Amino acid sequence: MSATLAPPREPSGAPAEVGSRRLTERVFRVRETGIIAVLALFVLITAVIQPRFVSSSNIQFILVNTAVYALVALGETMVIITRNVDLSVQSVLALSAYLSAGLFGHVHGIPIPVVFGVGLGIGLAFGAANGLMVSLGRVPSLVVTLATLYIIQGVDILVVGGNEVVASSLPAGFVDIPNATIFDIPWLAIVVAVVIGAGAYYLRSFRSGRELYAIGSNPDGARLAGIPVARRVFTAFTLCGGIAGVGGVLWAAQYQTINTSAGGTNFSLIVIAAVVVGGVAIFGGSGSAVGAAIGALLLGTINVALDVLGISDFWDQAIAGFLLLLAITLDRGISVRLAAALRKRSARDAA
Amino acid sequence: MQPDQDTSLAATVDAPPGWRSRFDSRNMLGWEAGLAVVVIAIGILGVSTSSEFLTGNNIFNLGLQSGEIAIMALPMTLIIISGEIDLSVASIMGMSSALLGYLWGKHWPMLVIFLVILLVGVLAGAINGLLITRLGLPSLAVTIGTLGLYRGVANIILGPNTISNFPASYANIGVTGVFNSNLSFSAAVFIVLAVLFGVVLHFTPVGRSIYAMGASPEAATFAGIRVKRIKTVLYIVSGVICSLAGVLLTFRLSTSVNTNGLGLELDVVAVVLLGGVSIFGGKGTIVGVVLGVLAFAGIQNALLLTSFNQEAASIPVGGLLLVSVFVPNIATLTRRIRGVIARRGKAAPSAVGAGHD
Amino acid sequence: MDPGHSADRRIGDQGRGTAPPGLPAAAEESANLGRGGQGPDPDHGTGADQGQDVDHGTGTDHRTGPDHGTGAANPPDRGHPPGTPLLSLRHAAKAFGAVQAIADGSIDLYGGEVHGLVGENGAGKSTLVKILAGVYQPDSGELVVGGAPTVLHSPAAAQDAGIAVIYQEPTLFPDLTAAENIFMGRQPLRRGRRIDARQMREQARELFEQLGVRIDPGRICRGLSIADQQIIEIAKALSLEAKIIVMDEPTAALSAAEVDRLFDVARTLRASGAAVLFISHRLEEVFEICQRVTVMRDGRQVLTRELAGLTADELVRAMVGRKLDERVAGDRAAPGELVLKVERLTREGVFVDVSFDVRAGEIVAMSGLVGSGRSEVARAIFGIDGYDAGSVTVHERPLRKSSPTSAMAAGVGFVPEDRRQQGLVMEMSVQQNMALASLGRLRRAGLISGKSERDFAADWALKLRIKFGRLTDPVSQLSGGNQQKVVLAKWLGRNPSLLIVDEPTRGIDIATKGEVHRLLSELAGNGVAILMISSELPEVLRVGDRILVMREGRLVSEYDRADASEEKIMSAATGQLQEQPQ
Repeated sequence: MSATLAPPREPSGAPAEVGSRRLTERVFRVRETGIIAVLALFVLITAVIQPRFVSSSNIQFILVNTAVYALVALGETMVIITRNVDLSVQSVLALSAYLSAGLFGHVHGIPIPVVFGVGLGIGLAFGAANGLMVSLGRVPSLVVTLATLYIIQGVDILVVGGNEVVASSLPAGFVDIPNATIFDIPWLAIVVAVVIGAGAYYLRSFRSGRELYAIGSNPDGARLAGIPVARRVFTAFTLCGGIAGVGGVLWAAQYQTINTSAGGTNFSLIVIAAVVVGGVAIFGGSGSAVGAAIGALLLGTINVALDVLGISDFWDQAIAGFLLLLAITLDRGISVRLAAALRKRSARDAA
Repeated sequence: MQPDQDTSLAATVDAPPGWRSRFDSRNMLGWEAGLAVVVIAIGILGVSTSSEFLTGNNIFNLGLQSGEIAIMALPMTLIIISGEIDLSVASIMGMSSALLGYLWGKHWPMLVIFLVILLVGVLAGAINGLLITRLGLPSLAVTIGTLGLYRGVANIILGPNTISNFPASYANIGVTGVFNSNLSFSAAVFIVLAVLFGVVLHFTPVGRSIYAMGASPEAATFAGIRVKRIKTVLYIVSGVICSLAGVLLTFRLSTSVNTNGLGLELDVVAVVLLGGVSIFGGKGTIVGVVLGVLAFAGIQNALLLTSFNQEAASIPVGGLLLVSVFVPNIATLTRRIRGVIARRGKAAPSAVGAGHD
Repeated sequence: MDPGHSADRRIGDQGRGTAPPGLPAAAEESANLGRGGQGPDPDHGTGADQGQDVDHGTGTDHRTGPDHGTGAANPPDRGHPPGTPLLSLRHAAKAFGAVQAIADGSIDLYGGEVHGLVGENGAGKSTLVKILAGVYQPDSGELVVGGAPTVLHSPAAAQDAGIAVIYQEPTLFPDLTAAENIFMGRQPLRRGRRIDARQMREQARELFEQLGVRIDPGRICRGLSIADQQIIEIAKALSLEAKIIVMDEPTAALSAAEVDRLFDVARTLRASGAAVLFISHRLEEVFEICQRVTVMRDGRQVLTRELAGLTADELVRAMVGRKLDERVAGDRAAPGELVLKVERLTREGVFVDVSFDVRAGEIVAMSGLVGSGRSEVARAIFGIDGYDAGSVTVHERPLRKSSPTSAMAAGVGFVPEDRRQQGLVMEMSVQQNMALASLGRLRRAGLISGKSERDFAADWALKLRIKFGRLTDPVSQLSGGNQQKVVLAKWLGRNPSLLIVDEPTRGIDIATKGEVHRLLSELAGNGVAILMISSELPEVLRVGDRILVMREGRLVSEYDRADASEEKIMSAATGQLQEQPQ
């Protein structure tokens, strides 16, 4: 149909093009491998000082503890990639934990998968409400999810009242979930890892997943390109809520005693911190679910490592906070250098 | 902080002259007026459900409960209007509380302790400010980081200890009001600071500059406004005020423990947003935030007096927050919904007929 | 959080181009016309105009020539290719409130041709483009695409109709790769609806080859030059099988080599049977690449014909259609004391060794092509940007680097290039904007006095004849010309001794343009030193007492008004001049 009228004008030829791709790929792999490296270094140093750290029971402990955070981080990643944020995951998790685990006491012999389904359903419902408001209403997600955080928290308080779910009301099969292992690796961790892997694959290899990145990278451009922005944002929030709901059920399995403090204070902010440490830009457009999961793992590992090293775990928060600051500073430094390097290369190529 | 929500296409396609700015000043006063109505309604509700609502004792408790949050909301207002956010407020509060307890436990003189706390507040705020203005890092992420860092410092300082043996002259603020009236000490401080911040924000060049940099950072720079300097100062002020709030909290509870203030940052943000301050920056008033404080405190207090679970107050608070973002957008929202319906109803993209934007 | 690239002007190889017919054969490379800068006012055109220097050497000065505008209501469209047009817009009209952006816009685009669209700022070109792009719908008139009457309700609809628009500043997804940008939403799939990344890269590579360019499809778009970004947009258009490709002022930020590359691409598109609409201020480019041209003036189509046999002069007359004013005011008194002294100012990669003076009562106009570094020098003087070497002195006292406060304290005012983003806080009122730089002086006991502010604003509004509803209206409601007056008032309210204005009349209607020029002249008469950056040669010659020319970051020439001519300035700006008078 069309013919090339002119020979390629690129004066510097193929090497430049490959060079700049190598540069960007190299840098971006650095971000992912960077955090893996930090984690590995951390584990290594701690293990050298205190070999007990890498005992199988310790590793299991870490994996089980961080599983829920890593899982919820997957959903939060999807939302943050679109240049939004979901602060309400905390209370969705808490409510789901109470309601779903409470089912065991109310409905005898209820199958465990059904309970998971209930948790998922609760999460999806709240996530959809968030998604609807953010996408149709065109209102800032920070404010909306702050509001739903409050509302759902209030609902949780009303529903729980003064009660709590106690461990004795939960069936053995449920309570064993965090403990089941295969080849010494907790099933829980494996399943969560598989889910995160699936999520990451979706984000990388499916059109709608890539569109989430486009929306965060350039929201107006995404509209102009015909991407159904409202629909995608809605889906991201819904999935985030659903995942938080499942996380609630897992939390119940892990901690067994559920009252209004399920999830702990600042759960949402911790998850967001993990996501950012894992390389997801707070303004969206870039980052991976795997990175976010590793971020969660890193933050969780610090906690246990401090314990093992005999350092008061009161240092935990400080170190986590410092790590987050370090991560975003380095990210900024890297992206500024990268942009400058790419610009210089473009200028050279064009001349 | 930058908007975390994509702007509408209409706003990015350069609006031709005559297009109504969505930041019309008239819009704004509407929210304050509406909020005032809500506050009055809460008052009426409170009175009707409990005869104790307007008693002096209750007013005292009201002021007591939300005093610290209210105080912290004032610098937060300026920070959000300037286009940023500070989520480390509760952690700075916790850090100052921990310092107070720790140094008191070491028998330092109270006045010196105050000085140290002040300096630490300045330092904490300066770190925030410098990271955000000099390194250009996003304030949302930075202050989540310092939230952890400063809470961690509080943890490290105090460890698992609890200090409660504060002198009665200070701890009294949790029991009696100013000059033995019904105005709690923190409420009095809030009133004084509210007037101060209000005057600064609405009537001084610095305040005008804050609005300008929130609405249009580039134009503010080109008008010679020292954006970075002002923002750094705002964070330092926030650090100092939050440290003050930490001291007040500690004395009110008569306890210094490392969990003081835990989780309050979102309450502070909520109160500011309730007051009609836009998360995007450039818009909002101190009057609105004062009303927001009243609404927030009033709801909690009203629920406390009824036997309703006070902590469920977060439901109406959340609801009000939603209203605060949706109501100004009602016009846009209905237009969009109509547009969606219209598009679904259309036969084909090339249908003949005059289409209007 | 990518810093905007508006300050990223590159010192490229500017200034090549072929001469339009009508020029003596010897002047092959000299007729490069004054290039307008990039402007964000889409409804009034993007970029200053009036650079059409067609000095024939016979002394024909289009400023005083007779009006040859056609004036016909429906000018005939001569010389079009056979067959039916791919797209036909007939008698489109579009108004925004009281402003009639287009009164009668008509254009026919045939396959296999590159069609030029020219006109002054405010002639309606941008609105026409937005109508074609589906962003606006015309109030009246008809759009026929591929033979069928069409209403484009949205950009997506335009895309479906086979129309692609390449803007001056493309909007790509900076975090995604070139290939992804091209195929976003339409990525090739493997089994199971998964994206076939390799296939996508391959197809992108093929597209780039078709266009004759080499861009790595796997490359993240952040940091790509505007030229490359445009190519990616064109590749996207190709992949969408767009038959109508609109290029809106694509060459404003391109170096000569990049312009050549773009033109080759345009020729490729043309050969493939597409219709290309090429909008530009640079007539020599229009002559180089287009077969036919349409001229718009005051919202109407006034001329459509083949370029062959058309002279640039005729084109300009059709665009301007009236006599341009003579020089503003009479001679002023001789310049007074030295106000601004810039010595060997250097900023690596942007400008080098720039030295000049400005005296009280004189207007120094700084001319040059886009990217020559003029705005960057101004920003460095005022302190918005820093610099690496040299000094800036005002009234014999050095200014601190990177400190607008220091400059303002020394009596310097700066009216920036980008009115909407830099000159005004659009959400604030007229009054507040005017007062923004003078808040310190409108104080009483530390507080801003509402009354002083009001009086100040009312005073200046009167002096500058600013048209507005109320002083408290948001400044976004004013027209471009009145907005610019507000910016001027903001700085004049400080009684500056040095006023720097960057493109003072960009995107402003003719009447207000004249007013601004008179104002500047008056100010100079009152002893203010003025440094004016402008891409409009007639403006430079009308208003400037001395003319500096920058080229590729260096100050290359200086002329007194008496010695200057558009041709000389142009030659200096494009590097044709051999001697370098100091």
